Amino acid sequence: MRSNARRLAGTSVAILTAAAVLAGCASGSTGSGSGADADTLTLWTHNAGNADEYKVVQKVVDDFNASQSKYKVKIQAFPQGSYNDAVVAAAAAKKLPCILDADGPNVPNWAWGGYLAPLDLSGSETAVADQLPSTVGTYNDKLYSFGHYDVALTMFARKSVLQEHNIRIPTLDKPWTKDEFDAALATLKAGGKFEQPLEMGTGGSGEWWPYAYSPQLQSFGGDLIDRSDYKSAKDALDGPEAVAWATWFRSLVTKGYMAQKGGASPNDDFLNGKSAIEWDGSWDAAKNAAKLGDDLAILPPVDLGKGPKIGGASWQWGMSNTCSNKAGAQEYLKFSRKTQYFVDFAKATGTIPATAGAAAQIPGYQPGGPYEIFSQSARKFAVVRPVTPAYPFISSVYEKTAKDILAGADPQKTLSQAADQIDSNLKTNNYYAG
Amino acid sequence: MTTTHLQRARTRHPRNPQAAVRRRERLTAAGMVSPAVLLLLVFFVIPVVLAFALAFTNARLISPTPAHFVGLQNFKLLFQDPVFFRSLLNTFIFAAVVVPLQAGLALALALLVNTKVGGTNFFRTVYFIPVVTSMVVVSIVWTFLYQKTGLINHLINTLTFGHVHGPDWLNDPSTALPAIIFMSVWQGVGFHMVIWLSGLQTIPADLHEAAAIDGADRWAQFRYVTWPGLRATRTFVLITITIDALRLFTQVNVMTQGGPLDSTTTVVYQAVHAGYQQQQTAYASAISLVFFVIVLAVSLIQRFLTREKD
Repeated sequence: MRSNARRLAGTSVAILTAAAVLAGCASGSTGSGSGADADTLTLWTHNAGNADEYKVVQKVVDDFNASQSKYKVKIQAFPQGSYNDAVVAAAAAKKLPCILDADGPNVPNWAWGGYLAPLDLSGSETAVADQLPSTVGTYNDKLYSFGHYDVALTMFARKSVLQEHNIRIPTLDKPWTKDEFDAALATLKAGGKFEQPLEMGTGGSGEWWPYAYSPQLQSFGGDLIDRSDYKSAKDALDGPEAVAWATWFRSLVTKGYMAQKGGASPNDDFLNGKSAIEWDGSWDAAKNAAKLGDDLAILPPVDLGKGPKIGGASWQWGMSNTCSNKAGAQEYLKFSRKTQYFVDFAKATGTIPATAGAAAQIPGYQPGGPYEIFSQSARKFAVVRPVTPAYPFISSVYEKTAKDILAGADPQKTLSQAADQIDSNLKTNNYYAG
Repeated sequence: MTTTHLQRARTRHPRNPQAAVRRRERLTAAGMVSPAVLLLLVFFVIPVVLAFALAFTNARLISPTPAHFVGLQNFKLLFQDPVFFRSLLNTFIFAAVVVPLQAGLALALALLVNTKVGGTNFFRTVYFIPVVTSMVVVSIVWTFLYQKTGLINHLINTLTFGHVHGPDWLNDPSTALPAIIFMSVWQGVGFHMVIWLSGLQTIPADLHEAAAIDGADRWAQFRYVTWPGLRATRTFVLITITIDALRLFTQVNVMTQGGPLDSTTTVVYQAVHAGYQQQQTAYASAISLVFFVIVLAVSLIQRFLTREKD
């Protein structure tokens, strides 16, 4: 009995100590580096749920592993929904992999936070200068990431519906003006066939809000932050142009053109004929073309005053700052920059290839092809989300503000509050100085 | 030598063997309890202490610079934040409605399924089904039910012969919170029904029989036998519902994200939102700290009001 009790107590103490020591070691030993076991490098991707894109990643890695005998890359895939959390948690534990992908707008935040290391990609098959500007992630004049593709916002409609209502089909050179767009919506609404003719995906949440609606704010002349020094959102976010945007945005709901909160699958609603015009991403183009054929109209964004605007930047590749084998990681990243892979990624995901060379090889994206409009849009109209470590905060404030505006909040008051919040956050964080 | 000395010592102090047993038991207890203590330390005590400490710093989820002490700055910001007061108000409205409503309904259901008629097991199961369903799933399903063209509005329309068109429940600032309250009560009522039921079954049947023989009607039996017999259960139900209600989060996160116009934002939702989406770890800690103090105060007041009076 007695010895049993002692043994139990002793074992427990031993387990406790072991656990504490292990925990201590774990945090201590990784301080020097992570993500690589000698020449075996770990790669993280958000593609666990995106089979097509994952296959391309797999192919690049297999090709790389076969191309030389020194390094070996190992893939670990995460579902997109929890990917950012996994990276942030891994960074806090100093356990980031060597190679990882990042959503474009997060890159400045991660670079500032010390997660990502600057890249030197000289000597790779594709020069960085040849890429669409929105597919390259820079912060403080240093290159931190590059993507194989970008996506473009666009409007989908049916040619037959527009013609039936005598609405001009806009072109890249002559997009709809704000008045023309409002008139088109009024006509469609009056036609009686569509209860709410416009679907802008207002049932979504998260990054979709700043991605989809801040370009419209920019087209009115406002912005999320004053981009001259990234030190204040005043005037940009609550100036007269921004208020005009908010008033217009809300009017789409009050006039019955658009649902305050749309359905869960806006693209299906469009394809099923519930809405006449859909504000969506280029990723749905192939699906829509398959269903509607020649009747599908791919329209450029509306010029709401200061020219059409769309968001820029999608998923991009970078290297972690704690990577213990940076040479190997860079080697892999350079290898992945073959034109072939730019083609493969864009084909697999239905996205815009990041280089003109790749675009020439993809049906539909060649000059004159039906999807050329997306490359053109990305080149002419894309505005990257503010390149500042404060972006995740700005994005979350903007999402809430835009939702409140659609719900009927006073535009001036709500925007001023949002600008104040952003300014206060910038000030509290000492303007995100390193 | 030593042995004989010890033996002599033992015979001289007859309480010694008992002390040895006690020491052994104490060691066993320590051994048994240590895994639980370790888990509590790692997953409860340390996070709580950290949260309290972080509330006085400028810590962020992502930051290249280490956090430093900023005193009461977070609390100053918090008390100037209109959304925080709206969150507090919503949280208390939710608790004030849900606690009596859910406890009362649960008791009524428990009394119903406690009768000796056939099929009570079936009803017990039916009322309990929402409880075992994940709140996230329940919230998603109810989001569909609450849509402007959803089932609930169809029902209202049909039952009123087309005279009443239901509102867009979750997108209307005046109906969003009531809609969440209704759904939460529906989901949680089964759990507390089971607790009331277990309380009801601890009351000896002969007390009711005696009361019936004395000529007490059903109401008198409830008033003078059942209700006093449920004293301990009552306290438990009251305190658990209150704490549950105060930490309202999942429904809001899935169904409305605090909107429209802050009509459904709650304190816990705001803390999670600030801590993760906005990466303001310190600010979120400050919200949690203030909230902890409030919940503690509420629980203590309830404990005081429901204490044994004799």
